[in-house]
Amino acid sequence: MEEEFEESHRTVPKPKGMADPEARRWEYLRYILYRPGPWVPEEATQGTEAVKFLERMKVLVIGAGGLGCEILKNLALSGFKDIHVIDMDTIDVSNLNRQFLFRQADVGKYKAEVAAKFVMNRVKGVSIEAYCGKIQDKDESYYKQFNIIVCGLDSVEARRWINATLVDMVDLEDGDSIKPLVDGGTEGFKGQTRVIIPSFTACIECQLELNAPRAAVPLCTLATIPRQPQHCIEWAHIIAWEEERKGDTLDTDDPEHITWLYQKAAKRAAEFNITGVTYSMTQGVVKNIIPAIASTNAIIAASCCNEAFKIATAMNPSLGAPAEGENNYMMYSGDDGVYTYTYSYEKKEDCPVCGITAKKIEVDGEMYLRNFMDLLAEMPDAQLKKPTIRTEGQSLYYQAPASLEEATRHNLSKKLSELLSSGDEVAVSDPAYTIDFRFQLIFK
Amino acid sequence: MLKLWSMKQEQQKADNATSGPKKKKVTAAQLRVQKDLSELSLGSTMKTTFPNPDDILNFVLTIEPDEGMYKGGRFSFNFAINQNFPHDPPKVKCKEKIYHPNIDLEGNVCLNILREDWKPVLNLNAVIVGLQFLFLEPNASDPLNKDAAEDLKSNREGFKRNVRAAMGGGSVRGESFERVLK
Repeated sequence: MEEEFEESHRTVPKPKGMADPEARRWEYLRYILYRPGPWVPEEATQGTEAVKFLERMKVLVIGAGGLGCEILKNLALSGFKDIHVIDMDTIDVSNLNRQFLFRQADVGKYKAEVAAKFVMNRVKGVSIEAYCGKIQDKDESYYKQFNIIVCGLDSVEARRWINATLVDMVDLEDGDSIKPLVDGGTEGFKGQTRVIIPSFTACIECQLELNAPRAAVPLCTLATIPRQPQHCIEWAHIIAWEEERKGDTLDTDDPEHITWLYQKAAKRAAEFNITGVTYSMTQGVVKNIIPAIASTNAIIAASCCNEAFKIATAMNPSLGAPAEGENNYMMYSGDDGVYTYTYSYEKKEDCPVCGITAKKIEVDGEMYLRNFMDLLAEMPDAQLKKPTIRTEGQSLYYQAPASLEEATRHNLSKKLSELLSSGDEVAVSDPAYTIDFRFQLIFK
Repeated sequence: MLKLWSMKQEQQKADNATSGPKKKKVTAAQLRVQKDLSELSLGSTMKTTFPNPDDILNFVLTIEPDEGMYKGGRFSFNFAINQNFPHDPPKVKCKEKIYHPNIDLEGNVCLNILREDWKPVLNLNAVIVGLQFLFLEPNASDPLNKDAAEDLKSNREGFKRNVRAAMGGGSVRGESFERVLK
């Protein structure tokens, strides 16, 4: 046993000139990639090949904020060489305590750009391409180029968007269309890491119920009996702004707008003998800022990058790994002591994003919508007697409510080719079923 | 990564799902609203209007109460639903300027399930039932229009008269209201 270990240990090439910090940086990475391990599948490549494979991996990091900074640094130091990063935000002075890739002089600049430059400067040989904008600006052709996507986001909406996009991209005839998504999230002392393998594991939409609703105070409390400084700020935000600055769109990044709200809130607080309204509290309430804890971000980002590394190298089973078919979610809580729990979040059969794959059906473009609906009723695997049907942009026919039925009735006597083009997808609901159906219509 | 490929091919055999040129998909929010709309029970006192029938995320709900203090009125509410539905509640605003303890002069509505008690398991029907209830049982303990709430608390008969006057387009306490009688 001793002997064997010695043998395999010797196969790890020692970098020349151990005094060189650049070479020493990768020493431990080599220990992992050059040695066989009990969890390494036989077909996995090792040694130099594995290093090359890792270097060729194209990783997209979404978000260059609290988690994003950590993720970018970790990925670069784990041997990934081809990294891309998207973030639409600019740097605020309040980010500097934990978003360590940014300096005072960077305030106002784009996060993605500054973060990319910083990491490229510190870790030689890594290329990071920044895109400063929204994830929604990009389409499938962009997301297609990546092998792994790592998210450090703070919004449910953005997560749902990227999730739906990646699930939609899955083409079962093309293995490369499946993009593993590693999603990290933190809130105060709590956090989570989950891995989504689109079409295999539960997707983000399946897990939507995990998101706690935003804590809100009843509107009437705000309007009549505020008790806390935050109530006064919410009042200024929701009621006073609407009343006095109608038509002006509130920009939470505009200091003038925040100042206006702050002054309104302070005045109201004084009327009710409430103390404690400050400018930064106003900013916090209006932008719904949850205090971020640097160490929670570090822990979650480390876990995310660990998963990304395992997915890329197969040196150990990752969360969501199909071979395991089990755990895909790791929750972390640092509220009371330190606790983690890893479990399997199950896929929802009726998930509106990953639960229903569009069924391709061939139809005659000359067919009237009315007859197509009869066809849906006759199809043995559909049997939809009262279908409501739409495309992404168009309501084709609604059974209810009455006004929509009336507004869409004229479509019944239109030909399919007048309403849509071949390859369009329609979603069909029927009161007899709790799940919805998707069909892709191909004209004969 | 490595094992995905073979796994997937196995699944493919079991699944006769398809591929092809990708087109825009109906979004999760649209799908959920579509389902909710099909389950609305509007009865005879409510109806919906869709300014753009292709856009089911934005519509107007009209309520014509057939009993209670607001009987004979016609009230309309703008529903604006975003792509984050049902995580986010629908945004609902009364279009008319009305005299009601739980609706302010801007049309903001104080209904718990529209804000602090919203949950993704609730549906549009729950919201419209809640709105309808506001006209049957205006609630003085959750005031958004403080004056109206005080009137309701201190003098129910006087409040009723004020409601009639306001619905007819008159003034109450120096504030003029929109005529909402049918």
